[in-house]
Amino acid sequence: MSRPPEPTLSAYPLRWAAACAGATLIPHLPNLPIWLGALAALILIWRVLSQINTPSPAPRFLSPLLAIAAGGLILFEYGTLFGKQAGIALLALLLGLKYLECQRPRDVQVLVLLCFFLQLGLFFDTQSPLIGIGALAGTVLATGSLLSLYTRHPVRTQLRTASVLMLQALPIMLVLFVLFPRIPGPLWGLPADAFSGRTGLSDSMQPGAISELSQSGEIAFRAQFRGTPPPPELRYWRGPVLTDFDGQRWTIRRTTVADHPAYPTTGAAYDYNMTLEAHNRRWLLALDYPAAGIADATYAADFTVLGREPVRQRIRYAAAAYPHSQAGKNEAIASLDGALSLPKDSNPRTRALAAQLRERDQPPERIVAAAIAWLREADLAYTLRPPRLGIDTADAFLFDTRQGFCEHFASAFVVMMRAAGVPARVVTGYQGGEINPFDNSMVVRQSDAHAWAEVWLAGEGWRRVDPTAVSAPRRIDGGLAAALPDDSALPFLVRPDLSWLRTVRDRWEFLGNAWNQWVLGFDQKTQRSLLRRLGLHTDDWRQMGVAMLTGIGSLLAALAWWAQHRAAPRDPLQRAWHRFERKLARAGVPRLPWEGPADYADRAARHCPDQATAIRAIAHRYARLRYSAGTTANDSKALHSQIKRFSI
Amino acid sequence: MSALTAPRRLWSRLRQVIDRRLFRIRPAEALPIRLPQRRIFILPTRAGLVFGLTLFAMLLASINYTLSLGFALTFLLAGLGIASIFHAFRTLLQLEIKAGAAPPVHCGEPAIFGLNIGHHGKTPREAIHIRTAHATARVDLPPDSHATVTLSAPTTRRGWQPVGRVVIDTVFPLGLIRAWSVLTPDLKVLVYPTLESRPPPPPASAGLSGQAYTASGDDEFAGLRAHRPTDSPRQIAWKAVARSGTLVSKHFQGGAGGSQVFDWHQLPPALAEEARLHRLARWVVDAAQNDARWTLILPGMQLGPDRGAQHRHLCLRSLALFGQPDHVTPA
Repeated sequence: MSRPPEPTLSAYPLRWAAACAGATLIPHLPNLPIWLGALAALILIWRVLSQINTPSPAPRFLSPLLAIAAGGLILFEYGTLFGKQAGIALLALLLGLKYLECQRPRDVQVLVLLCFFLQLGLFFDTQSPLIGIGALAGTVLATGSLLSLYTRHPVRTQLRTASVLMLQALPIMLVLFVLFPRIPGPLWGLPADAFSGRTGLSDSMQPGAISELSQSGEIAFRAQFRGTPPPPELRYWRGPVLTDFDGQRWTIRRTTVADHPAYPTTGAAYDYNMTLEAHNRRWLLALDYPAAGIADATYAADFTVLGREPVRQRIRYAAAAYPHSQAGKNEAIASLDGALSLPKDSNPRTRALAAQLRERDQPPERIVAAAIAWLREADLAYTLRPPRLGIDTADAFLFDTRQGFCEHFASAFVVMMRAAGVPARVVTGYQGGEINPFDNSMVVRQSDAHAWAEVWLAGEGWRRVDPTAVSAPRRIDGGLAAALPDDSALPFLVRPDLSWLRTVRDRWEFLGNAWNQWVLGFDQKTQRSLLRRLGLHTDDWRQMGVAMLTGIGSLLAALAWWAQHRAAPRDPLQRAWHRFERKLARAGVPRLPWEGPADYADRAARHCPDQATAIRAIAHRYARLRYSAGTTANDSKALHSQIKRFSI
Repeated sequence: MSALTAPRRLWSRLRQVIDRRLFRIRPAEALPIRLPQRRIFILPTRAGLVFGLTLFAMLLASINYTLSLGFALTFLLAGLGIASIFHAFRTLLQLEIKAGAAPPVHCGEPAIFGLNIGHHGKTPREAIHIRTAHATARVDLPPDSHATVTLSAPTTRRGWQPVGRVVIDTVFPLGLIRAWSVLTPDLKVLVYPTLESRPPPPPASAGLSGQAYTASGDDEFAGLRAHRPTDSPRQIAWKAVARSGTLVSKHFQGGAGGSQVFDWHQLPPALAEEARLHRLARWVVDAAQNDARWTLILPGMQLGPDRGAQHRHLCLRSLALFGQPDHVTPA
């Protein structure tokens, strides 16, 4: 079939395409270099404004020049053209340039496809409901842009047609979303920056690391307790345990892992369901001390729980905590050695203090108590913005600056303990958590990140000591806001005077949680359990195939019915008359194409004299219903039954 | 008719089979035609194929990065593609194609085929294209309406020229899916012979009865009659007009021998058949223009003597169909 040459575009689809491209680019702007956003905006605005009446593409030499220049700038900005961020920047650039040279319908089609890719790109960073709604709006505009290539209507009409298409597409989407087999990714290697920008604890700690994290109000995880949640002083969520110290940085010491914890669990238990946000590390946060039974997890000798691979997406697991367990009673000598080592000749003043404590009080328990007492009397200030420390961090904090955040307290305390001969280590994690009144889940944020210490006492095992609590006791039961002095720079939503705003946030986050559980968290596992409840086994691919075909098939049948119905509305009168004609045709009197009801009835009546009256009556009534005004539904029904009764 | 080469003949045979078996069309279908479901075919367009590839890439990306919203977007777009199949299908379903005007033309002039496209549905039918081998027309139909499109085609031979294969298609709404239907409606244009551009004047005397004949003004005056718009100014009886105030024309009534006779057999024997037809057609057209009476004599046929548009048409028709198999002698 020969194709006619493609016509050039009018200004109308160009305006639609501009709206589509704009709606796609705007959510990307925060992540794009400023010059790229500005360039794209400039192109869109310039072309829409300058060519309302006479659309003509930009000069031919312009796009290649811009492409080379901007591509170079992207290379300069990111160091690569591949990878997630650079790729998105490149796509955004292509979108702008494509718009610049839009000339034929096909260009608009390519532009729309680029928009779809960019919308997908948005999901790499965030998949919030808001972004989802944005993508939906973008899709409606994209549909409108494609429509505008073929019809020209006012915006509202066009949007209505687009919405009809979307509404018809939604059930198909739902069926595919639920039934399409979820394969756990990745299928191939991911670019190095695939999961960058995920906040969370790190596997090392240096002064300032956690206070930086505390500025973020992002949710770290949610816990849904069965029964009463633990009191604030027990809300210690264990993350990486840092034993090795080089004078500045604390790092993880490699330990053995096992399928179950290295301690017996005793005392009261707290059962909860954890929804952990992706943080791209292996550890699974757990309330001290976790019992065995967390799915797909291993238990390290330092009591952290590790997943099989980094947490790249939000995961859920059930866990139980026994806060009163005695952990580490029979600790290996080797790991205790590690918990005693200090870099040589560091922190002389702290060492002197420790030696003093050690001389005065002999059993380690009393050394610990004395150290805590010393800290309390030292009048150290708790602040989010501690001054910089020198080489001997513990000395500088304890004797010079006297201002610090939790990592300073924990680090200095552990140094002090080790110098005094008591095995000690730093534990990082989260402390605290707020109950969201809408679904009673405990929400723990990045601003709850915390560091504390553990000391090992013979006969007892590891005991938690939170040196921060000594100087800022309200940090433990009141959260960050309560512990800090009023004038310090707090994350916006942590401020106590914004409680109404927090209520709004709680409500929003409740919705967000539902979204997370059912939309974003819909993975292989959730799919399997949902489908099992429907009686389907995801392992049986034939059953799944049949289910999918049935679902899609019935939707297609519904659409086909809709198309048929809209194309030829069922006219009851016409159907009744056709039935009458069929009856007469069987009797040997088919209606001739040019015959009206009256002529046809005359001829048929002559053909079947004994039915003449009935035939004439039916034809007369039909003609009256068809051609005269003021007939009722009853007349139509009467004709119906008359024709039904008629037989020849 | 020129002889077809073997492959071309094979192709045309194949095409006929496809048309008959797949598209279910007969050599020429009587109009009106209503498009039922089974006559509408659907395939993705090139843009639709690219769209499909895009969706596949998006699906892979969603799997790889476990993007739940990515799955949702991909499936939503797939749903859009599927829904647009039914919109395209619905646009053509139950469309009614009726014959429009197809006036005769002289060979060389473009033939104009009129087709009336309509429907009784409640929703508009938009962006419908009607294509023939030579022309494309677009029609947009509001709910329950019809419209006439004209399709032109070049004419190269006298005789009946059928409209041929007509493809009705649409890529509405998104350009991803093309729905189409092929038909060969029984719609044809009568192509009169080409008019000879500089013909010699008609023979001065060619009477059946051998009477003398002079070109013009020698008919017997037969009275006055009401003026017709087609009358030439020379016929207007100006004196009578001045008296009565209404336009009247002089009416001439010639005897049988007073009319012009255009006789095939009187043409120079060297003249080829088509050239004869061209010349006779020109004489007929000129005579009709002058509102003269004429008689056309063809082998085995005599038309007239008569005058007027109907006589002109019958004469030209006989010339157009001269020597053709479906040449029907007008009653």
